[in-house]
Amino acid sequence: MIYHRPFSRLVVRSLFSIVFLFVSFVALAQPNGKELFEANCKSCHAIDANLTGPALRGVEDRVPDQKLLYAWIKNNQAVLATGNKYFNDLYVQWNKTAMNTFTGLADADIAAILKYVSEAPPKGGPKPPTPDGGNPDDKAAASDNSLLYGILTLILAIITLILLQVNSNLRKLADDKDGIPSAEPIAFYKNKSYIAVFAVVLFVIGGYLTIQGAVGLGRNKDYQPEQPIYYSHKVHAGTNQISCLYCHNGAYEGKHANIPSVNLCMNCHTTIAEYKGEELFKEDGTKVDGTAEIQKIYKAAGYDPATKKYNDKQQPIEWVKIHNLPDHVYFNHSQHTRAGKVQCQTCHGPIQEMGEVYQFSDLSMGWCVNCHRESKVNFYDPKTGEGNKFYSIYEKFHNDIKNKKVDSVTVEMIGGTECQKCHY
Amino acid sequence: MEQKKYWQSFGEFTNSESFQKKQQDEFQEESMAESLGDLANANTARRDFLKYLGFSTAAAAVAAGCEVPVKKVIPYVNKPQDLVPGVSDYYATTFVSGGDAIAVVAKVRDGRPIKIEGNTLSAINNGGTTARAQASVLDLYDTARLRSPLVKGNNGFTAASFENIDKSIADGLAAGKVVLLTATITSPSTKQIIAEFLAKYPGSRHVQYDGVSYSALLEANEASYGKRAIASYQFEKAKVIVSLGADFLGTWLNSVEYQKGYAAGRKINPANPEMSKHIQFESMMSMTGANADERYTHKPSEAGAVAVALLNALNGQTVTGVSDNVKKGVEKTVAALNAHKGAALVVSGSNDVSVQLVVNAINEAIGANGTTVNWANPLLIRQGLDSEMAALVADMEAGNVNALLTYEANPVYNYFDGARFAKALAKVATTVSLADRMDETTDLCKYIVPSHHYLESWGDAQVKEGYISTLQPTINPLFKTRQLQDSLLKWSGSTVSYHDYFKNYWVTKLGGEAAYTKLLMDGVNEPVAASAGTAYNAARLADATAAISSAKKGGKYELVLYQKVGVGEGRQANNPWLLELADPVTKACWDNYAMISPAAGKELLGIDITDRQQADTYEVNPEKPQVDVKVGNTTLTLAALIVPGMQKDTIAIAVGFGHSEKVGMAVKNAGKNAYTLATSTNWNITTAAITKSTADKYPIAQNQTHSSYEGRHEVVKEELLAAYKKNPTAILDGREAELKAWGGVKDFEKEGTIYGVYDRPGVKWGMSVDMNSCFGCGACVVACNAENNIAVVGKSEVMRFHDMQWLRIDRYFAGDPNDADSIQTVFMPMLCQHCDNAPCENVCPVAATNHSSEGLNQMTYNRCIGTRYCANNCPYKVRRFNWADYMGADSFKDNQEFGIVGGLDDSVLMMNDELTRMVLNPDVTVRSRGVIEKCSFCVQRLQEGKLKAKKENRILEDSDVKTACQQACAGDAIVFGNVNNKESEVSKVRTENVNRLFYSLEMIHVLPNVSYLAKVRNSDVLAAGGHEEAHDEEKKEGAKEAAHH
Repeated sequence: MIYHRPFSRLVVRSLFSIVFLFVSFVALAQPNGKELFEANCKSCHAIDANLTGPALRGVEDRVPDQKLLYAWIKNNQAVLATGNKYFNDLYVQWNKTAMNTFTGLADADIAAILKYVSEAPPKGGPKPPTPDGGNPDDKAAASDNSLLYGILTLILAIITLILLQVNSNLRKLADDKDGIPSAEPIAFYKNKSYIAVFAVVLFVIGGYLTIQGAVGLGRNKDYQPEQPIYYSHKVHAGTNQISCLYCHNGAYEGKHANIPSVNLCMNCHTTIAEYKGEELFKEDGTKVDGTAEIQKIYKAAGYDPATKKYNDKQQPIEWVKIHNLPDHVYFNHSQHTRAGKVQCQTCHGPIQEMGEVYQFSDLSMGWCVNCHRESKVNFYDPKTGEGNKFYSIYEKFHNDIKNKKVDSVTVEMIGGTECQKCHY
Repeated sequence: MEQKKYWQSFGEFTNSESFQKKQQDEFQEESMAESLGDLANANTARRDFLKYLGFSTAAAAVAAGCEVPVKKVIPYVNKPQDLVPGVSDYYATTFVSGGDAIAVVAKVRDGRPIKIEGNTLSAINNGGTTARAQASVLDLYDTARLRSPLVKGNNGFTAASFENIDKSIADGLAAGKVVLLTATITSPSTKQIIAEFLAKYPGSRHVQYDGVSYSALLEANEASYGKRAIASYQFEKAKVIVSLGADFLGTWLNSVEYQKGYAAGRKINPANPEMSKHIQFESMMSMTGANADERYTHKPSEAGAVAVALLNALNGQTVTGVSDNVKKGVEKTVAALNAHKGAALVVSGSNDVSVQLVVNAINEAIGANGTTVNWANPLLIRQGLDSEMAALVADMEAGNVNALLTYEANPVYNYFDGARFAKALAKVATTVSLADRMDETTDLCKYIVPSHHYLESWGDAQVKEGYISTLQPTINPLFKTRQLQDSLLKWSGSTVSYHDYFKNYWVTKLGGEAAYTKLLMDGVNEPVAASAGTAYNAARLADATAAISSAKKGGKYELVLYQKVGVGEGRQANNPWLLELADPVTKACWDNYAMISPAAGKELLGIDITDRQQADTYEVNPEKPQVDVKVGNTTLTLAALIVPGMQKDTIAIAVGFGHSEKVGMAVKNAGKNAYTLATSTNWNITTAAITKSTADKYPIAQNQTHSSYEGRHEVVKEELLAAYKKNPTAILDGREAELKAWGGVKDFEKEGTIYGVYDRPGVKWGMSVDMNSCFGCGACVVACNAENNIAVVGKSEVMRFHDMQWLRIDRYFAGDPNDADSIQTVFMPMLCQHCDNAPCENVCPVAATNHSSEGLNQMTYNRCIGTRYCANNCPYKVRRFNWADYMGADSFKDNQEFGIVGGLDDSVLMMNDELTRMVLNPDVTVRSRGVIEKCSFCVQRLQEGKLKAKKENRILEDSDVKTACQQACAGDAIVFGNVNNKESEVSKVRTENVNRLFYSLEMIHVLPNVSYLAKVRNSDVLAAGGHEEAHDEEKKEGAKEAAHH
């Protein structure tokens, strides 16, 4: 048994030091503005563009009262209720689209978000010079302090190792002095303690990476395939302000949003045969000839723009499907757009700015569930006549609201995160 | 209240050893070692195994690292205006098969019909359907359908174009003397087309032939009432219903209408509890007989004598010529009939003119003519006459027929003298079949011009005079087929398409296009209900009674042929849903067999089923001893099933099985053709000889007997009408007494558990099943199959108890197996009870099954890892495990194989065909191998219904959500809705019938969300378990208790 003691002690010690390292890592971490922004704000706000909600840049200038701004971010309904003119006007201006409440955010979190918003470089266009005259890349800004922490960790780890070595040498000296015969020194790569530590570290890191990889399987965030026709949502939904539902009327009627049929395209393109707008570029920078792309529709429709006649050589367009859900998920667009009054951009991002569409959200279950936890149910309010009468059957929650027990009801509270809401 | 002993099998009756052993296991499997066989002894070393493991992990990792496949999404070029992909459309049409016609609504999703519902606008079925109508959508995607016109040459059939085949047929028809042989045609426009077609070819005629003949009824009515038609039977007006061997709830004439009417008389109004009394005289144990309040059995040869005895007794004469039990029954029946003159009905399933003449006389005597026998709108669904068919065969033999066109008629298979018909067919120069598949008659024809499925057709049907329902296509024809009407129009030289003809016909008839459009939209156009009698003529009655009294007595054993409620006469024989639907009485599927009585079992097979050991040997294994049934020169060897309630000397065999392999993959090897035993169209065969066969035992797949309630007999509750009237709260009191220690009925939920009680804000789903109006027909089971993509597992898998149906109809017998008349049967639809305190939920290690705030017991397939703990812990035995990849859901082909144990049946593979899979409901996940599944309360419909209400900005109504089983039920036994809404139908049913309400196995505190209304029997005695019968009620109670402890 004696033989084992130093070894086990060493293992315990090394584990301690690892734990210590982790703890110090966590303790050193500050609220990460970017992560918080992406987790909480990004589905409705962009920094420089209006989405479901207004662009956030300069928000601190617009609302100089920091206390008010923080209160608004945490619980906007409460601020509205106070009758604050600025926010009530804003609310009306944004079609009374209610903002989620974020009572869970600490002041430090909000500060971090606002810092991130104010410091983020504007997307696209010339990048503003930074104080030191450099022109930092987006990515570098995004990688924040991880590198620093990494280096710190490494240094600490080396120090720990050195200390351990010193410790063992000292003990050896002490033992020699006491006349206790010491074990033969062994090479460090044969040292079981090191091997054990190494194995544990490898296991933790490897396991983390494997699980992250496995969780990510089948998720295709940012998937942006090339389509058979360069169809620009920026031109149609952005510049020309065509309603999403004009083409994707299925999103309002049923389960699928549906890619519009060619005859629907022809409603407009019988008269619009030429592209005269701003120049179009693909992601890789190649120029796109808009008029040639319109010709592709004519080909699919079997339409001759010269004679304005259709022939029978029609062929459907084979678009590449971007947003794919697994087969065991039931998703109904109309439930969200019509009953839930969710804006398209909430899930599809700034679609009106996309030349080529990419998958904005990761469409993971965690992402779905998070939104269901935060989104408010559109309860019927007999005073204003607004809201959906369907929910009037939830008498208990109506009473709770009346008695000020809760100020709003989330989708989760009425069972929106139960398995069989989406899996059957 | 417990006073009966119910049993599902003889083993349970005798409480045999195997039965007890069986109760231990949820899924009766061979042990792993047994089923693995060689694998267990294989010499793959552990290291090899680890290598394989390592390799497969690495391979999976590499595979996972590959690119995600690119999926295409291809919109229409020109989208039809009203179609939104992903949203279902509903079209009114009519299920037409043979003479049967039921107004239905087809659910069409993205251009494919996927589900059939009853049309609620029709007064005849009022939304009800049959199992066959429900299953008909699968026939559309049948792989055995013919895909183009065919011409027979020297080397069999070759495909032909319509143009060429039309030319050849036109040449053949030119010689005249054409006979069009069809099943009963109820379509008025088709009749007109047929008349025009026949007029073109001199010496031609139309012969209607029904596989199951109602010729005697037509003929008797012609003699008695001067009308060769069938009256409308108004079961809803009858206080006393007497059936002489007519299975009117299952297979006799327009059963869906009769179920509706019958159910109306069986519903109990709690304020004024009254119900009809149903007395059945029969030889075999039919589904209708199983529902009777009183049942008397007689030999098939006595069928006439029973009718005469009834008539004589009504006329005040003494009853003679029948056995003692029947005599007692006749006397009681006559007393009941006399007490309800004008509100009584007698029907007979006999195809003997004499019997039907006597029945007409009885109906006249009890004042049924004009009340329950309504002649205002006669039923038109069966018009075939035996004499016409006989004349046709004779003509064919004599060479007097130049051309024969057959449509929906398969006499080579189902004519009692099919062989003779086949021979005569060879003498006809031009033979054309318009069948949809290569059936036995079609195989012998020269030309085949396959017809559309009804879901691809235009058309109309007239079930009763004046009751019009229409057909409209719900899908483009899948194959190169053409419907009968178009073919006849073509061959009569017309250039009009049937669609135009049909439109013109109805526009003219209804006086305008708007009315025509409305007709198509509604699917039905029906007159106001009327009631009328007609003059009765007793002229032929004396002859009839004389003929009956001089009829020959039968031998020791006699035979009856019958139809199963699923397969029927065998028209939809290749339908796996119908083949896997268990027979209501025997619970057997995939085969026909000889039903014999326990007494015959003892005599013929030496098996005494009241003896524990012998019951075991006979019952536990699917393999049953076979008997040889010999009629004339034909012998059929069939497995024998011992069924209580069979008259002791009667053998019953179902028709509709034993088709040729060409009819389809599923029907291959399913049973034997019992039509070959018929000696005439009268199916009471008195001259049969039955002996034990020397052949090996033959396996029969039964799908109820293997699930056990562990001797908990509180599953069903039942009481007598008289007792209910006297003490309406007996059942409630019983529940109260039982639950007293845990707070009584009111506080049981809270007091009976250590778990907390949860709020159910908003919606809470609940179902109520009225056992008084469930007749066991199985329409709900098939509807559930269709709605929920439930796998067909095939006979071999049912035999291993791997059946997948989410809803089953449990059948319980009570009474003495040795006394057929004492047997009482209870049908109970059993599905997931969605327990609020569900035992399945807390044993799942991965929380794949859990509870929703709406009271649903949720099953999440993608989370399930297949431990089957839940199924073991379910007291109702309603969870099903996917032992194999039955539906082809997995990307691994090998998941459909069991390796050493064997592959899946052809029928399962047929359901996996690309064509057949078009029937799948896209809103429901197709389950893969290794997961548990069960009734979801049709959660996809609940979600859809709620969404509909949300979109319309209103609260949920009852009409928004209907489960598939509820919708299919013609008896309206099932009510479903939001129980939190006090105005919903289910809440009302529960409060109004609180005295009959019970929860199955309530005392184990699982808090089911399915409630039942106890069955009330309008009878004098409640049958008890055999040995306890003689005791009075209290003693029975004691004996039952003793038996349990």
